[in-house]
Amino acid sequence: MATAVRRKAAESADLDRAQKLELYYYMRLTRSLEERLVNLYRQTKVVGGLFRSLGQEADAVGSAYALDRTKGDILSPLIRNLGSMLVQGANPLEIIRQYMAKGDSPTRGRELNIHYGDLVRGFVGQISQLGDMVPVMAGVTLSFKMRGQDRVGLVYVGDGATSTGAFHEGINFAAVQQCPLVVIVENNGYAYSTPLSKQTAARDLKDKAIGYGIPGEQADGNDVLATYAITKRAVDRARKGGGPTLIELITYRRKGHAEHDNQSYVPSGEIERWEKENDPIDRYIAVLHADGVTSAELGAIDDRIRTEIDAATDEAEKSPMPEPTDALVGVYAEPSIVPPLWFREGIRSAVTAHERPASWGTHDG
Amino acid sequence: MAETTYLEAIREALFEEMERDPNVFCLGEDIGAYGGAFKVTEGLAKRFGDARVIDTPISEAAIVGAAAGAAHMGMRPVCEMQFIDFISCGYDMLTNYVATARYRAMLGCPMVVRGPSGGYVRGGPFHSQNPEAAFLHTPGLKIVYPATAADAKGLLKSAIRDDDCVLYFEHKYLYRRIKEELPTGDHLVPIGKARVAREGKDVSIITYAATVWKSLEAAERLEKEDGLSVEVIDLRTLLPMDDEAIVATVKKTNRALIVHEDTRTGGVAGEITSRINELAFEWLDAPVLRITAADVPLPYSPPLEDYVLPQTADIIAGVRRLAQY
Repeated sequence: MATAVRRKAAESADLDRAQKLELYYYMRLTRSLEERLVNLYRQTKVVGGLFRSLGQEADAVGSAYALDRTKGDILSPLIRNLGSMLVQGANPLEIIRQYMAKGDSPTRGRELNIHYGDLVRGFVGQISQLGDMVPVMAGVTLSFKMRGQDRVGLVYVGDGATSTGAFHEGINFAAVQQCPLVVIVENNGYAYSTPLSKQTAARDLKDKAIGYGIPGEQADGNDVLATYAITKRAVDRARKGGGPTLIELITYRRKGHAEHDNQSYVPSGEIERWEKENDPIDRYIAVLHADGVTSAELGAIDDRIRTEIDAATDEAEKSPMPEPTDALVGVYAEPSIVPPLWFREGIRSAVTAHERPASWGTHDG
Repeated sequence: MAETTYLEAIREALFEEMERDPNVFCLGEDIGAYGGAFKVTEGLAKRFGDARVIDTPISEAAIVGAAAGAAHMGMRPVCEMQFIDFISCGYDMLTNYVATARYRAMLGCPMVVRGPSGGYVRGGPFHSQNPEAAFLHTPGLKIVYPATAADAKGLLKSAIRDDDCVLYFEHKYLYRRIKEELPTGDHLVPIGKARVAREGKDVSIITYAATVWKSLEAAERLEKEDGLSVEVIDLRTLLPMDDEAIVATVKKTNRALIVHEDTRTGGVAGEITSRINELAFEWLDAPVLRITAADVPLPYSPPLEDYVLPQTADIIAGVRRLAQY
C-alpha cells in the first residue's frame, strides 16, 4: 500500500542544514511530548482522552514547515497534527495544561486536548465535527484574497473527513473562489476503526480533486522532506493566486483512535510492519546521517527536548484548575457574563427573590 | 418623506453598512447580479462589486463556515439563506462551530445570517418555516425577528455591528405589505430590547414578527367589541430575551397571552411562559396561554395553511378567555 508512494526528496534542496535539523526537532518533540502525555494519562493526570500521532509526525511537521510564518500564514490542524502546531509556535507547556484541563490552559479549561488556536501564531483550533474546518479555512483564506494579503492557509483533514458534506462544500467553495488554501488529506488508513475501503470507493483520495477542478497530488507522508516539498509547491501556487490544491499524504496510524482503543480491528502484523519498515523518524535519521549529521548532534537535540518537556510538565502540574464560575464568562462579547442560575447563587428561591403584589392570593388584583 | 417597505428597509441597512465599513460583505445564493430570490440585495453587486457581494454554490454549510472564518479575521460577513428553511443545512456550522467559537477558542464571529422566513404565503413545508426555536437553545447565538420596517433596518444595522453571530429572521409576508416613514440618520435598534407596540391595561399579548400585526388587529377589535384594553409587546429580539419587558407587562395586566406563528411544542412560547412563572408568578391572575401553529409541517393549500397558522380570530378568542379570569 502506502510504501509504494515514495517520492524523491530532491525538491527539498531549498532547506539548509539548520532547517533540516529543525524538522527533526519538531518531529522528535511531537513524539516525546506525546510519550510524556501517555505517562501523565496513566497517572490519571490527563483529563479525558489522549490522541497520538505516533508514526505520523512527518506529515504534520513537513507540511506545516512549508508555510511562511513571517507572512502570517495560518493552518488548522486535526487531532493528529500536534506537530503542525508546534511548528507554528505552540509549546509543550500549553499542550500539557490543555490535556490536564488547567485554568491557565489556552482555553481556560473549556476545551480538550489540542483543540485550541492562536491567530497571532497562525493556527485555528479545530472542533470535533470532522470536515468543518475546511469551510472555515476557506473563509479565512477568502479574507486574505479580499484584502489582497500575501498569506496562505492550510487545513488538515483525515481520510474519514473526506466523506463529510462540510469537506465537499468547503473545498468546492474555495475552488470556485480561488482561495489561497492548501487542503491536506492525511490518509492514515483508519477513521476510528473504519478502514479506507469502507470509507470510499475512490482508489486514491487525491482523485477527489478532479471533481473540484483543482490540482490533486499525493506524497509519502512518512518522508518529511517529500511532505515538505509537495506542500511548499502548493503553498507557492496558492500565494501566486493559483488557488487551492488537494494533497493526499499517505501515512499510517500506529496507535488507536485514542489511547483507550485496543485496535482489535487491525490485521495482525500491520502495525509492527509499519513500525519496523516505515517509521518517519527512523527514516529521517538515516537521511540526516547520509547528509553528515552525527548521532551526537541528534542526541543533543533529544536532550534539549527532554529538558523542555520536563520543565513544562513541572510547570503545568503547578497550574491551578479553573474557578467554577469562570464557566459563565465569555459566551458573548456583550453581555460578557451569563448570570448564575438561582439555585447556584445562595439558594434564594424564585419566589422570595421577587416582591409580591398586595393582592397576592386573593384573586382580586 | 416617502414610505419605505420592510424589504427596502433591509436593503437600505445593507447599503449603509457596506458603505460605512469595508469589512462588511454579503454572500449567498443568487444574491449578486440577480439580486436574490426576493430582490433584497438588488443593486448591491452593481454598487460594491462581485468581490463584496458573492454568489456562492448551493452550500449553506460552506456559506456559514466561510463567513465564520472570514469573521475571525475581522471581516463582517452577512450570509443570505435563500429561504430560511435552508438554514438547517448550516445547522452544524452554526451551533457547533460558530456559537461556541468565542467561548472555547476566544475567536469572535461577528457575522449575520439572514433570510426570508415565515408563512401565510402558501409556500408549503420548505418555504414557510420559522426556525427560531431550533436556535433559541444554543448559547452563543443571538436571534432577532423584526415586525416593522424601522426595526427591520435598525436591527440589521445593529446585527452587522454586533461582535457575535446574529440570526436575523425577516418575515417574507411583511416584505412588501408593511411600510412606514423611517427615522432619518444612522438608525440603530438595540438588540435585546422589546417594544410596546400598543399600550393596554387588561391583558398582555407577547409576540414577535408577523403575528405582531395580527395581535394589533385583535387588540383593535377587542377594544371596540369588548371594551378591553390590550397591551401588545413586540419582542423584536428572542435571544437574549428581554425579561424586563415581559415582567413589566405581566405586572401591569396580570394576564399574558403568548402568540407565535411557529409550532407549539418546544416553541418560544414555552420558554416565555417558564420565565413568567419564575419571575412574575405572584402577579398572575390567570394561566399563561399560548396561541401558536399546530404541531404539523406547514401545508401548502390555503384552507390547510389558514387552519394551521394562528389567525386574528384565534388571538381574540385567547384574550377573551384570559379576560374571564
